[in-house]
Amino acid sequence: MLYREVGQYKTSYRADQALFPILQDRIGIAVILLLAFVGVPLTASSFTIDSILIPVLVLALAATGLNLLTGYTGLLSLGTGGFMGVGAFACYKLTTLFPGVNIIILILCSGFFAAAVGTVFGLPSLRIKGFYLAVATLAAQFFLSWCFIRIPWLYNYNVSASIEVPTKTLFGLAVTGPTSSPVTRYLIVLSIVAFLTLVAANLVRGRIGRTWMAVRDMDLAAELIGIRLYQTKLLAFAVSSFYCGVAGAIMVFLWLGNAESESFNINQSFLILFMVIIGGLGSLLGSFLGAALIWGLPIVLRAAPAFFGVNIRSATAEQISFVIVGALIIFFLIVEPYGLARLWQVGKQKLRMWPFPY
Amino acid sequence: MRLKKLVLGAAFAGVVGVSVPVSQAVAEDTLFVPLFTYRTGPFANSGIPIANGMHDYFNMLNARDGGIGGVKVLVQECETGYKNEKGVECYDSVKSKHPLVITPYSTGITLALIPKASVDRIPVFSMAYGLSAAAVGTDFPWIFNPPATYWDGMSIVLKYIAGKEGGLASLKGKKIGYIYFDGGYGLEPIPLLDQFAKEYGFSVTKYPVPPADMQNQSGLWLSVRRDRPDWMIMWGWGAMNPTAVQEAAKTGFAMDHFIGVWWSGSENDARPAGSGAKGYLSLNFNAVGAGYPAIKDVEKYVIAKGNSQTPKDMVGENFYNRGVMNSVIIAEAIRNAQKLTHKKVVDSADVRRGLETLTISDERWKQLGLPGFAAAIHVTCQDHNGHHAAYVQQWDGRKWVKVSDWLTPMEDKVLPLLYSAANDYVSKNQPWPKRTEACDDKTL
Repeated sequence: MLYREVGQYKTSYRADQALFPILQDRIGIAVILLLAFVGVPLTASSFTIDSILIPVLVLALAATGLNLLTGYTGLLSLGTGGFMGVGAFACYKLTTLFPGVNIIILILCSGFFAAAVGTVFGLPSLRIKGFYLAVATLAAQFFLSWCFIRIPWLYNYNVSASIEVPTKTLFGLAVTGPTSSPVTRYLIVLSIVAFLTLVAANLVRGRIGRTWMAVRDMDLAAELIGIRLYQTKLLAFAVSSFYCGVAGAIMVFLWLGNAESESFNINQSFLILFMVIIGGLGSLLGSFLGAALIWGLPIVLRAAPAFFGVNIRSATAEQISFVIVGALIIFFLIVEPYGLARLWQVGKQKLRMWPFPY
Repeated sequence: MRLKKLVLGAAFAGVVGVSVPVSQAVAEDTLFVPLFTYRTGPFANSGIPIANGMHDYFNMLNARDGGIGGVKVLVQECETGYKNEKGVECYDSVKSKHPLVITPYSTGITLALIPKASVDRIPVFSMAYGLSAAAVGTDFPWIFNPPATYWDGMSIVLKYIAGKEGGLASLKGKKIGYIYFDGGYGLEPIPLLDQFAKEYGFSVTKYPVPPADMQNQSGLWLSVRRDRPDWMIMWGWGAMNPTAVQEAAKTGFAMDHFIGVWWSGSENDARPAGSGAKGYLSLNFNAVGAGYPAIKDVEKYVIAKGNSQTPKDMVGENFYNRGVMNSVIIAEAIRNAQKLTHKKVVDSADVRRGLETLTISDERWKQLGLPGFAAAIHVTCQDHNGHHAAYVQQWDGRKWVKVSDWLTPMEDKVLPLLYSAANDYVSKNQPWPKRTEACDDKTL
């Protein structure tokens, strides 16, 4: 009843092609954006921002990147961590080479380096598919991790082999480094993520996205209707790696403030893949839901016992959260293989008829 | 729509809500010392005894003396799993509760916290790990890493080897293998090792162990067998240590020519190799064994009462004692701060001053119930490390046995490297805050 589009007539092609054709969706997204841009900075504690919201946004961006490749184009990749690392190390090198340039521009530029590397490692996708491609991207992951530690030029020959983020200012306001306020960093991360998500949403519902989905559903048929596989797949790799690269750069510059090769290891790739699977393959919303669930759950689990006055050891809480996340992954794979995004779809369908299902 | 809002609202409230318990205020009249520990993950074998030792000593002070200077110590563990993200998250979660000092127990987490320390005005105490260059107090007023740096450790190892070979000059033409954790921790000593190699004419072969392959070293040890180094030096941690010792034993490497840094010398590292580990050497800067009055007190006041996770036979093990030493230094710094400020409940800035004027003489170690437990420790405003002596211990198949005197590091070699590394760090991280903290007079 409340969520019904009856009576919302689309009188132009423009209205029909809108990103959010239903009024309720528009209101919903406006409320979410209002909360995110105004509500959170006014109310949330610095722990909430630094340890929950920024990480979730960063991981959601990386998951969006992987989702474009795996969910929309059907190419399984295990190199996400490596591509994030390319973005991070590229951004670090760029800040040392061009110290005067606006840091946000550098963060976005570092995505192009990741896109270039991603394209190179995407070349095998023209010949191999499925698990074999996963193994090829796994090679990319290991090769890139190896580079991050074995090429000292990448980390400016620091003895600690880690990259440190210097303080950068924007309009006199510190945006990176220890003196920057969590709210500033949060707003920048949110803006970048919101902007790139908008771009992704428009990409996937346009010509490019449709060719990706055609390739995913059946590449032979796609080829027969005139889609050039080789450009389509490489473009998917490039765009996906761009997103992952930007996510990696943000992760180091606006969240952790320091990183080493280990921050971009295979576990990172798996973590992002789990987010995509749990959130929902082929859904941008799913990337956000998956990131929120996988990152947020252990924090909630750790805080919950204390909240209810139960005293449990922090190591025990960690182990319990491992068990629960693992169980959830299995649960979702069995009960709802299309992920959280599909649950939201089902809920939306139900809401349409609520409260008078017929 | 209402439901959607409700769900959204609930989700939002959930997100905001979880921050409430974490930011609960700590009672005013306690000394809050968070401990970053790891009892899970691939580094747990090293992490558990240290966590137990740190925890038990503070509990013992609370039970025996009613805390430090009559103020109870509130100890809270935060599980990091040795992961940097988790460590930063732990830091953010304790930051608002006014911790007196942070002990990250990971080189990676220490590196992430170094820039934050001076901004948040919370001292970071990384006992013989972390960034060696942070020993320069004029550049890093909030970071402390006594009793010795990795470079000190490396110079002591080479001193020991030279002693066995008959002087530094006889190192000429020798082959030394360096097996190390392929990350900041293992990479740091390399410049010093290379410099020594050039100066004394020995050759160095490096065997990096990637963190993902800590338990998979058989290929690496095949190369060791082929290269036949005269000595092997190890900079390992976590699951890497027992694996390396086992592989070395399997390939028949002379164990008394295999020497690990102080982080590669736990009982858990040597024991799994069984009798094959006999002869394995490692550096150490704290005594092993439970025969100290303070540790007897820990057994009496904490473990016997069931207030500890420590299994009885772990007490007195090397890393357990390492954890105790970590807590002793923090406790002494707090005591020092109380003395300096004439306050009972000190804050983190006071503890920084306490650390900066820290002196634990041999006499004081005895008063603490730990006679001869470690070298006398002395920290100054300029030198946040002290470059103290360490000794070499040997595994006899069941326990560690001290086999050398206390060896002092070669400060003449270490210090130039230290200052240039500190300069390098500061110049790469401009604008780096200038030290504004006043230096306390030692005679106070």
